[in-house]
Amino acid sequence: MNNEITGAEIVLKSLAEQGVEVVFGYPGGAVLPIYDTLFKQNSIKHVLVRQEGGAIHAAEGYARSTGKTGVVLVTSGPGATNVVTGLTDAMMDSVPIVCITGQVPQHLIGSDAFQECDTTGITRPCTKHNYLVKDVNKLSSVFHEAFTIAQNGRPGPVLIDIPKDVQFASGTYEEKNKIIIPSHRLFEPSPDFEKNKIEEAVELISKAKKPIFYIGGGCINSGPKASKLVREFINMVGSPVTMTLMGLGVVGSSDKNSLGMLGMHGMYEANMAMHECDVMINIGARFDDRVTGRLDAFSPNSKKIHIDIDESNINKTINVDVPIIGDVKQVVEKMISVWKDKKYKIDTDSLKLWWDKINKWKEVDCLNYNNEGKQIKPQYAVQRLYELTKNTKTFITTEVGQHQMWAAQFYKFEEPNRWLTSGGLGTMGYGFPAAIGAQVGHPDALVVDIAGDASILMNIQEMSTAVQYRLPVKIFILNNEYMGMVRQWQELLHGGRYSESYTDSLPDFVKLAESYKAVGLRAKTTDDLDNVINQMIETKNTVIADIWVTKEENCFPMIQSGSAHNEMMLSKDQKQDKKSAEKGKILV
Amino acid sequence: MNKSVYASPDQVSETKRHILTVLVDNEPGVLARVIGMFSGRGYNIDSLNVAEVSNDENISRITIVTHGTSEVVSQIEKQLLRIVPVHSVTNLDQEGSSVEAEVALVYIYISETNKKKVYQLCDLYRARKIENENNTTIFEIAGASERVNRFIKEINEITKVEIVRSGPVAISSIQKNEEE
Repeated sequence: MNNEITGAEIVLKSLAEQGVEVVFGYPGGAVLPIYDTLFKQNSIKHVLVRQEGGAIHAAEGYARSTGKTGVVLVTSGPGATNVVTGLTDAMMDSVPIVCITGQVPQHLIGSDAFQECDTTGITRPCTKHNYLVKDVNKLSSVFHEAFTIAQNGRPGPVLIDIPKDVQFASGTYEEKNKIIIPSHRLFEPSPDFEKNKIEEAVELISKAKKPIFYIGGGCINSGPKASKLVREFINMVGSPVTMTLMGLGVVGSSDKNSLGMLGMHGMYEANMAMHECDVMINIGARFDDRVTGRLDAFSPNSKKIHIDIDESNINKTINVDVPIIGDVKQVVEKMISVWKDKKYKIDTDSLKLWWDKINKWKEVDCLNYNNEGKQIKPQYAVQRLYELTKNTKTFITTEVGQHQMWAAQFYKFEEPNRWLTSGGLGTMGYGFPAAIGAQVGHPDALVVDIAGDASILMNIQEMSTAVQYRLPVKIFILNNEYMGMVRQWQELLHGGRYSESYTDSLPDFVKLAESYKAVGLRAKTTDDLDNVINQMIETKNTVIADIWVTKEENCFPMIQSGSAHNEMMLSKDQKQDKKSAEKGKILV
Repeated sequence: MNKSVYASPDQVSETKRHILTVLVDNEPGVLARVIGMFSGRGYNIDSLNVAEVSNDENISRITIVTHGTSEVVSQIEKQLLRIVPVHSVTNLDQEGSSVEAEVALVYIYISETNKKKVYQLCDLYRARKIENENNTTIFEIAGASERVNRFIKEINEITKVEIVRSGPVAISSIQKNEEE
């Protein structure tokens, strides 16, 4: 009996044993016992956000920049429903999160009590797994299992709903290593899985004449060593490589083999190479619709190798020839050893022809834009930001829209885990709280949220959080007064009828920053830009840099929805043929 | 090149009925996870049956009848396996040798004019009359869904009925060793 502690104490003890250093949260009635216990200890730091949605994006930013699991603590009812977007975001982008929600005491469950909601019911489809803990003695085992599930295999969010009476009740704590998790609950591919497929895949690569590596976020989730191995293997083969939005940084932007990002707003040469390749090696990507374009015209003549830890991604949208289920790090390590053992060497003549072809595509210079005049082009703003921050340890987060694509195109990433963006769900309002989380994880690094004027307003309340914790996050707003990507689609697909995409009455972002006791800066012309960026970097405080950019700039190149990789639009003047434009209109 | 279970499914395949049997931990919400995956991803459930099958291990068996192309059904199987409390998923059609059965209870509106025909038909299908306190005519018929369908069609031609069906359950009939 002496060993019994309260449920709330078990929560904190479990977090401590799991190595949690920081929790992002917001208190409320149903989690008061946990907050009371938090108050009495010093090992775990709490970051108080200003809305629960901010907490979970901050935890995502923390998790993706550090590789650790992000932890969120919120109350019942609205606390729980406010994290639903973030949970879905983490589910789509495979981010390990453990989210603790309070629940009304058990005797009130089902009575429509104050701040009651069916949290596990609501979050079931947007978590890897969730729990409603009814027995205090199961609390520690649930926590240890939850952390394992969040990190294991394809990472994702796990939610633990704890009724208030369970937080008060006394029970025993069980240590992590005493918990046995049945293997079926982990769903982990065994290391030896499909060894023959690895050999088959490597042989296929060795015979390729026009190979391309297609790299996704799975390589980042597999840890920094995975990126190293992927780079090593690509170098051995000498093949071109393209990365998805989530995979940027796995291979450095300056790497001679890198063709940059592919997909809807990807590089012309990357998409053309995907279309014409004969062997495609997909490592940790999932043939997302932003990447593939029209499915029936996707890379029609290639043999496809697909390495993924999640079996359900195999043949989901694109049929592949050689599927390999497993962790990138382990699989690529084996591929390298097979390549060496068999002394494979790719046919250099064919490879040279392939590179010649790619270099011709590069000459199109697809990112070219008209940079005349004193008005700042958004592309130029990102280029200058890159030039002035490239020698600093910098993390870039983004919101969602045109600015996100320009950031992906013009900021050059040399390392993994430095680029945090909402890819799958496309959550506006992600970038700023994610930057807060990244800054908490890396107090000495430069963290910049490249934002749009519309997106930033979706979680602007977190200014208060950033200032309270002295987090010198920089918000770099490409301000065109439009929801730029919405405006662009309306221009291209809806006859230029800009329905509700112009934001009247934007705040004065400089004064807004000052009202939070942060620093506000503004660049109106190209003459101000470098100064503002330098000042922003040097300021040891939270900064909003309001960059006035040209209002109607479009993000190119672009594969319009319903088009194929070889049907890229390079500029506005190049109209898509009408029939496929009509077809594409119904897509998102 | 050996054919893996992960090999690409055929490009074109026809829509077929499949019986999936899913072993799950018997914990709260597990059924909601399974059927929520079907509705959330736009798959079909034609019938569903769930019951605990082992007392000691706390395991339930969910039998789902669905229809779809082999690509869709293979995706359903993989998505089911992602659910944490799911132990295993078996597609009994793929295995090729399984037996299935379902139960229907039929309340029959009976009169002097149709009585003889009703009893003859029930006899033919070996439907069993269930005695009950209210002395109403309720028959139970068990067997493969096809057979139950035929019975219902024919009884409907004779008189008005009310029907409740369990939906099929199925089990693999392949010989197994006791240790497995």
